[in-house]
Amino acid sequence: MMDDRTLSLRVAAAPLVATGLRRLHLVAADGSRLPPAAPGAHITLTLPSPAGARPLRNSYTLVEADPERGYQLIVRRTDRSRGGSHHIHDRLQPGDTIEATVPHNLFALHSQARKHLLIAGGIGITPMLAFVAHLREARAAFELHQIASADEAGVFAALLAPHPGERIQVHAGRDACDIAALLAAQPLGTHVYTCGPGAMMDRIAAVAAELGWPASHVHREDFGAAGGEPFTARLARSGIDVAVAGDQTLLEAIEAAGIDTPSLCRGGACGVCILPLSEGDPEHRDHFLSEAERASGCHIMPCVSRSRSATLVLDI
Amino acid sequence: MATAFKPDETFRGDFRYSNSAAAVLRFPFPFVEDRYMYGINLEPHTRPGSSGAFAVAFDVDEHYVAECAERALSLAQDPGRCLVLPHMHEAEWDTLELIMESLAADYPEHFTLEREGLDWTWTNRPLGLHQTFRFGDAGTLPYPPFEYITRQAQGDFTLQDQRDGTLYIDGGITTTQADWSLAFDVGMTFHEWHGPVPLAHQAGVFDRALQYLMRVRYGHPARRLNWTLTVNPRLDTSPENYPIWGPDRASLTPENIADRLFLRVELQTFYRLPRSNALLFGIRAYLANLADLTRVPKWGRRLHRVMRDLHPEVVGYKGITRYHDVLVNHLAQFDDGAPTSPGIAPDVDALREM
Repeated sequence: MMDDRTLSLRVAAAPLVATGLRRLHLVAADGSRLPPAAPGAHITLTLPSPAGARPLRNSYTLVEADPERGYQLIVRRTDRSRGGSHHIHDRLQPGDTIEATVPHNLFALHSQARKHLLIAGGIGITPMLAFVAHLREARAAFELHQIASADEAGVFAALLAPHPGERIQVHAGRDACDIAALLAAQPLGTHVYTCGPGAMMDRIAAVAAELGWPASHVHREDFGAAGGEPFTARLARSGIDVAVAGDQTLLEAIEAAGIDTPSLCRGGACGVCILPLSEGDPEHRDHFLSEAERASGCHIMPCVSRSRSATLVLDI
Repeated sequence: MATAFKPDETFRGDFRYSNSAAAVLRFPFPFVEDRYMYGINLEPHTRPGSSGAFAVAFDVDEHYVAECAERALSLAQDPGRCLVLPHMHEAEWDTLELIMESLAADYPEHFTLEREGLDWTWTNRPLGLHQTFRFGDAGTLPYPPFEYITRQAQGDFTLQDQRDGTLYIDGGITTTQADWSLAFDVGMTFHEWHGPVPLAHQAGVFDRALQYLMRVRYGHPARRLNWTLTVNPRLDTSPENYPIWGPDRASLTPENIADRLFLRVELQTFYRLPRSNALLFGIRAYLANLADLTRVPKWGRRLHRVMRDLHPEVVGYKGITRYHDVLVNHLAQFDDGAPTSPGIAPDVDALREM
């Protein structure tokens, strides 16, 4: 039950809500209940890759997550994408099944916030829709500012549909919202949540810091960095090259190659899986090695850490 | 094999408590090697192929019915053993759902959960309970949801809110605790409530453990084992009741230590809760006395070596100082100097004859 980490979902409906914006309603393929999720959570869909390469894994925020009614996502068709959003927009049909991870939340509401200030840019609206539903039910103080291009402002206004007395504003155009004035006007104890283009989220964080907001009061959407670029691990003593895929850990790749290597927490904390490194440029993501140990370049924790160089040579 | 419950066991007063041979062989022995020091022993929980106490999310064993009765007794005497801060309301329902779903899936002969939308019916056959309620409406249950379900589970539970880059202990139920007080700790951060532990802070253990725990994901629970020693099979070794159990330490002699001294192992489990994003800690206490544990030759040898070489600060922190000599002298007879295999497995199918 609880360690079933992959969901098989059926597309119940996939209506276009505006040009380039498609709402996906997903239910469990076998009709069972789906795991609930907190507002701000996302799931990662496995989508076929256009070139027949390894499947794409795209993360989307849950706009709504109800164990019985199912999950709602809103997906924008992006031209710069690797093809995931094209697949959803052009090929996915009601009745199709799709694989997804269970929900994961790296963008949670803060339980002690006196007020929640939500600022979204473009498709960054998706977690805000989940936040607004939750904050309304909890009768919590909040305010939402949606920044949209002029031609999409109407679409977002319709999606947000403010209740009477709520401060929900759609700003048409990137410069239509005075971030500094907005933050400066907030009462003490406010937490700000941002989702949108990286530059927008960086700017809000910088303005908040200038105004003296504690960093712990500034939140931004995060899907996490579980995977990364693929690379090759050369196991010098075993004399084999192991291909580490983008969505696979170095440890998993070594195990898949039939090499028995000890591990325990598999989260970069315990130190059990430490391996000797002889060449390459490691990207350390663990909490075990000290700065000095990292600088010496002699070890790597393969359960979480990866490589910046195309090849990493391990002395095993 | 169906578990035969022992409803007449007691954990105070006359201490009617014993482990069957099967319970000893599945005991979560905590020492992976012949020495002990604090470290990060966190690992994924409920992996395929796990056995014994690790096979399911929440282990139900032969002591289940008696432990639930003991919890009810502790709560009747001190209702403050269950405390949940108001902002953990959703985490209460998350806990109820997780425990009900897990017990019903892992022990269908004992527990059944039926759901029609938000109208749920819960059947707990070992305790003779049948409850229809509305999920999310605390007024339809005889106790608040967290207390309701943890009264039907073995071991203590705490609820952690994750914010400001740490975990806050913002709720829990503690009637089987190894000398710590929820009423004292509630609202503290992870580093604050672990403040008294010696040596481990300096080794960075808590910094790394916190980073790991804050990254525990829904559907990917983690666990670790912790241990101490308890005189008599007493679950409630709380600071509130120290005058009752503290003097027991002075009662150990070379003649009674085998029967009266219990290795107390905590199977700690860590679950990300889905609606609240809170982290649920399960702290499940297992008790086995030296007489039973030393019937596994490997465990007898290892217990002697671990206790003999224990760091003095750990001896003090775990409350062993007063009887450490008696303990080591007693265990020496089970150590023939033979090597022990790595890991905690008993390496035998049956206990040695007494």
